[in-house]
Amino acid sequence: MIPLSALILAIFLLGVITIWKRRSPGTLRQIPAFTRLARTIGLSIEDGKRLHIALGHGGLFDARGGSALAGLALLRKIAERTSVSDMPSVATAGDPTLGLLTQDTLQAGYQAADVGEAYVHTMGRITGLTPFSYSAGTMHIPQNENVSTNILLGHLGPETALLVEASDRAGTTLIGATDDLAGQSILFAGSQEPLIGEELFAAGAYLNAEPAHLASLTVQDLFRWLIILALLAGSAAKFLGVF
Amino acid sequence: MRVLTAIIAIAVGILILLGYFFTQAEVVQAVLLDWAIILAGTATLIGIFNLITVHADKIRRREKDGVYSAILIIGLVGAFFFGIVLKPQSSFLQSVLLEGIIIPVEASLMGLLAVSLLYAAVRLMRRRADMMSIIFILTAALIFLGSVTLPFGEMPLIGTLIRPWVSQIWAVGGARGILIGVGLGALMTGLRVLFGIDRPYGGK
Repeated sequence: MIPLSALILAIFLLGVITIWKRRSPGTLRQIPAFTRLARTIGLSIEDGKRLHIALGHGGLFDARGGSALAGLALLRKIAERTSVSDMPSVATAGDPTLGLLTQDTLQAGYQAADVGEAYVHTMGRITGLTPFSYSAGTMHIPQNENVSTNILLGHLGPETALLVEASDRAGTTLIGATDDLAGQSILFAGSQEPLIGEELFAAGAYLNAEPAHLASLTVQDLFRWLIILALLAGSAAKFLGVF
Repeated sequence: MRVLTAIIAIAVGILILLGYFFTQAEVVQAVLLDWAIILAGTATLIGIFNLITVHADKIRRREKDGVYSAILIIGLVGAFFFGIVLKPQSSFLQSVLLEGIIIPVEASLMGLLAVSLLYAAVRLMRRRADMMSIIFILTAALIFLGSVTLPFGEMPLIGTLIRPWVSQIWAVGGARGILIGVGLGALMTGLRVLFGIDRPYGGK
């Protein structure tokens, strides 16, 4: 009963706050990684270099699908903005279903920018089907494909260290976020601007702040406060011997 | 067509979600998930085709490191051929492909990972010499020192008191906080996709 109630509350709040955000959009707090990302997209077009977006190996049929969908939302915005570049962005995935969606999302971004004919299906690649084979298949891209920035966004585990190492060797900028704790600690150590925890899911909102994206961030914050209050109340009740 | 795709995706998403809360919707949920598994199998074949296309292109254009692409394609075709002829459960295939190539290669990559991690930690101070980086390095060093096996047993104080305190209280608390945030983020991303706000299945 509690999960269903929480879901209904989340849907209700998302709807109400989206309407409210349409009237007064508000502002997002500064996250240095997203500021750098927005700047990097512009610079890569000017420099004639490409972006590499690694979406990890999170499948869409399990709990890791959320991070994959967040990565796709960002990919769509990047594809739209870099479609005019001489060097198109490359996206890699380590899961077949995610790979298909990667290609579809890239194509949709190109179509939205009215340059659908410039899309080539090899821009979206499946580089391996296990975590290590995915990393091994992706490692050469920063060095060999004129990449200026690597964006790692999705489900990436400890094997992320290999991608971080490859990016560092190629001298490229690295922006990364993952839902895996081991991967996060590696990206904290290896990226120029780390993204922690739920910041991964805010990427779409920071590149294109639509009312619904802003509303979803507000609902996240509201739920976080509810959980904090529940934890404090539970601790107090335990301390007082209520249960 | 795009609108129809969105309607189908949203309807299927809602039906699958309902299956988790109402037993009456479980049958529909099971059927839809079975279809999804078949589609995922087909996606794997398309993915392999994509992999071959990308690497064949690299060979054709005589790109740098194209020899690795050739090895990949030969390996892929070889594994596919022997898998069809000998069946995947054949002991020859298991011992040669799995135990002889795949497991040792992944173990080597795991070994490389340990070196890469250590190197990343050293570079962190050069890249971002702030308070968080110092705390990160100090914590990692403390955990390493507390976990190391010495001839005389655990390192006094660090191994018996500080490491358990850091790893079981601070680290677990922080990890749970991050995971709660990730869970909430995944929930809201899922809802955005469910209601067609984000559409990863294409469309202008």
